[in-house]
Amino acid sequence: MSDTNADQGIPAPEGSADIIDTDYEIGQDNIDGSLGPFGFDIHNPVFAISGIAIVAFVFYALALPEQAGSVFTWLFNTVTKTFDWFFLGAANIFVLFCLLLIVTPAGSVRLGGAEASPDYTYIGWFAMLFAAGMGIGLMFFGVLEPVYHMAISEPLGVPSPFNEAGELIPENVDAAKTMGLAATIFHWGLHPWAIYAVVALALALFSYNKGLPLTIRSAFYPILGERVWGWWGHVIDILAVFATLFGLATSLGFGAQQANAGLNHVFGLPIGPTMQVIIITCITGIALVSVLRGLDGGVKVLSEINMAIAAVLLLFVLFAGPTMVILSDFVTGLGAYLVDVVPLSNPVGRDDTGFVQGWTSFYWAWWISWSPFVGMFIARVSRGRTVREFVICVLIIPSLVCVLWMAVFGGVAIDQVVSDPANSAVKAQVIDSYNPPLSLFAMLEGLPLSSITSVIAIVLVIVFFVTSSDSGSLVIDTITAGGKVDAPVPQRVFWCVFEGAVAIVLLLSAGGLQSLQSMVISTGLPFTCVLLVMCFAIWRGLQAERRA
Amino acid sequence: MFKRIMVPVDLMHAEKLEKALLCAADLAAHYGATAVYVGVTASLPSKIAHTPAEYAEKLAAFAASQATERGIATEARAYTSHDPAVDLDPTLLKAVTETGADLVVMASHIPNVADHFWPSNGGSIASRADVSVMLVR
Repeated sequence: MSDTNADQGIPAPEGSADIIDTDYEIGQDNIDGSLGPFGFDIHNPVFAISGIAIVAFVFYALALPEQAGSVFTWLFNTVTKTFDWFFLGAANIFVLFCLLLIVTPAGSVRLGGAEASPDYTYIGWFAMLFAAGMGIGLMFFGVLEPVYHMAISEPLGVPSPFNEAGELIPENVDAAKTMGLAATIFHWGLHPWAIYAVVALALALFSYNKGLPLTIRSAFYPILGERVWGWWGHVIDILAVFATLFGLATSLGFGAQQANAGLNHVFGLPIGPTMQVIIITCITGIALVSVLRGLDGGVKVLSEINMAIAAVLLLFVLFAGPTMVILSDFVTGLGAYLVDVVPLSNPVGRDDTGFVQGWTSFYWAWWISWSPFVGMFIARVSRGRTVREFVICVLIIPSLVCVLWMAVFGGVAIDQVVSDPANSAVKAQVIDSYNPPLSLFAMLEGLPLSSITSVIAIVLVIVFFVTSSDSGSLVIDTITAGGKVDAPVPQRVFWCVFEGAVAIVLLLSAGGLQSLQSMVISTGLPFTCVLLVMCFAIWRGLQAERRA
Repeated sequence: MFKRIMVPVDLMHAEKLEKALLCAADLAAHYGATAVYVGVTASLPSKIAHTPAEYAEKLAAFAASQATERGIATEARAYTSHDPAVDLDPTLLKAVTETGADLVVMASHIPNVADHFWPSNGGSIASRADVSVMLVR
């Protein structure tokens, strides 16, 4: 055999990228072979440890449900309450860091080397990063959050427009309404996208420009050096797999509940674990098809379909609702956000602890634990963009879309609540009783053609889940294959089915979603430290790139 | 009879391709055809190359070494795919057209039960390409 190239290691690169010189070969720690007829190519020990630990966790939740339930509740409360300042402070750092990248010369570095050209059009790129990044949350929280913050959580001490007896206090309405929108935008605007941007940028930079494998550990090369290929790196990657899997399972849980509530609302199907198991199984089945069709044939196509349906629903609500009121809400909400973003993101000395700990702190931990997944996915589809273009597109545009979405869905819902509180279905489902999965359908009920729009909303919830599940499977597979993107396809199938199974088992267990959420939050805490270090690594990497 | 013989190669597992490479070289020598080695890589770093450009260079070097060793005319064509684990077949089919090949010689494994779910790349090219395909097992 004349080909000796495969064993020669990697020669010096061409072009003006600053490739890191390491003896590590991608896949050198992998075990490949076949299990019966199916081939595999997995990283040792990341695949085995993360797989076994997740199975052990699921068994624990099933075998000792009461003990597990109290442990999870304790964990959830401790992390969100004790470390609220840490999450808030760290998220502020990420936003400032991203803004810094936009304005400094480092922003002109191109991902993939100076001559790289983008692999995807703006629309395809944007659809994918949006569908993976938020999707379902917008459906679940779009109505719930603005109404809840307006009437119940009282961010920054802005009083509720309803008194104890549930009667409207007209003079409080305007301020509460604006704060409801501003607080929601705060949770869905710059901060979450800055978190994603940091991880995505780190991964894209260290893979495309530095030639390291596409796994989270690569971003730590400037700090840990060759040790990154040993246990330090294993721990980082295993944490990322945990965060991604539990994050996805939580979303599958939310989605199953909302789809179930919607199906009950429209078709009268029963609400309960059996139905939710059927829903998760169906979503996983569709995700499997998408995973088998790959990034371009599956994930991208579904993301684009998704964006189109979401745009239709958004436009419908905009024009079927009080259009002028919504547009003015959009402007005032955005203005209020810009004014209040500093006090809202202040990490210390806050009086509105219910809002900070119950919402902001939870959200930040949630976004952070989602960040390896979304960040890695964004990185994978972002080759050829400059850092500035990348940060603007990942930070500013999605934030604006979220503002619009929240202003439209939340604006209509708030309008329904304050203009006719007695007959408002939203008020009944959010303020009088707390029934989050139904809030969206309650809002749609107040608009014409609700039987049609509710069905569209259910479809959208399901497709958003599929796009999260399929892109999540790709990401976990890549991490557990040591950064290889061409590992055998059955591995993706394994992770896709595994995610669905974890979601089903935990949804059926006593702790239910609470156990999933507390796992998400607990992995979010160490990952915040990982992200802070990443900012430093990105900065160093970009400086080296500019000198190259 | 044949002028351009396309030979899909996986540089990462080149040792497994020996029979197919030999077969393609013999056919090329017999018909005086050019062997066109086609490789597919992701835009992400892989075991053998940091960048698609580097992969292309390695493939070219591979083709040149085949030319010297087997005494035939060779060419190399590298393709980049977003998701090579899934997009390999369509990329190779595109390569058949673009290289103007009139014969494809490629290595394939012995079919097993998994081929009912995931047809082998060779099997799928043979059933979809409009030129002759020779699978070497």
